[in-house]
Amino acid sequence: MTETMEIEQERHVLVIFPHPDDEAFGVSGTIAIHTGRKTPVTYACLTLGEMGRNLGNPPFATRESLPDIRKAELQKAAEAIGIQDLRMMGLRDKTLEFEDDQKMMNLVTDLINELDPSLIITFYPGYSVHPDHEATARAVVRAVRAIEESKRPKLHCVAFANNTLEEIGAADIHYDIRHVYDKKLEAMKAHISQTIWMLKDLEASVAEEGSELHDRFNYEYFWTYTFDDKDKVTDIKS
Amino acid sequence: MEPILPEKVQELINKFAGQEVYLHMETTNGAYASHFNEKFFSAGAYIRNAKLTYEHGKIVGDGPFRVGLKLAIGWVYAEGLTHYGFDESGHLLMAGHDFDGKLAVALQLGTTPFK
Ligand SMILES: [Zn+2]
Repeated sequence: MTETMEIEQERHVLVIFPHPDDEAFGVSGTIAIHTGRKTPVTYACLTLGEMGRNLGNPPFATRESLPDIRKAELQKAAEAIGIQDLRMMGLRDKTLEFEDDQKMMNLVTDLINELDPSLIITFYPGYSVHPDHEATARAVVRAVRAIEESKRPKLHCVAFANNTLEEIGAADIHYDIRHVYDKKLEAMKAHISQTIWMLKDLEASVAEEGSELHDRFNYEYFWTYTFDDKDKVTDIKS
Repeated sequence: MEPILPEKVQELINKFAGQEVYLHMETTNGAYASHFNEKFFSAGAYIRNAKLTYEHGKIVGDGPFRVGLKLAIGWVYAEGLTHYGFDESGHLLMAGHDFDGKLAVALQLGTTPFK
């Protein structure tokens, strides 16, 4: 296992993801550590994952009932990891890349102006696979980039595309979240409509010290976003 | 949602014929298909709250089922449908759930817009 580091004390943490459950697998341990210190954490979840495909067979949900189910799951997950300020932003799953880019950026700018976060957590643009993840990441990068350099919050990104390692290297931030793993598991379980198929086998494998799954879920990894020549997010075309 | 009873669904399709209806239709492999299997070509289509009128419609097959709706100068159809039901607004929901319980196709109709 690579060496881990201490999580810094933050003023306010702003987490921005498009789907309920985006927070559960990669970052819920880190969030639980911040909330455990009474650091305010705001989670802006842009959609309700209305287009989720796990509806069961026999079906437990329909295309029309899924949003309410996932909303309740999201609230339960937020509670599990101590998030007091959960914002459901009302956009629609799988439409974010078709939204007006300026509107997406303004949504983030408004949150930053209101909350004055010292840290923002989101996806890494170009390496987060789902078009909604990418659109979210671009909006966050554009909003933070527009802030004067000395006043910018830190930006920690989650990347999981298959080509991540070759192209942007390993994560520069590694946190050991073993002491809050029970809370993370609770958050993952809260999204049961989407996670049941993987949680079945997961619990036993994660418990096995030294296994790949153990490390994947007991440590959390972030890439610090830097606004230099690695920044590939274009400006909005007018 | 219940497994499709073709006679019952045919009745419902007849009921919505000849009037203005709102239609939701989608088909998808999921946005992650190509991430999990890079050889997989991911495709899908989606339309929500299309307003149209169909002259008549039919459900055919032995299950999974196919549904086609004849428009004045065109067609709507979906295949792979396995289940049907209603939402609280009385929209007719038809869906195809694959062997893993994932939605593969949806065709939904009603006289009021979907949310
Ligand atoms: Zn997601």
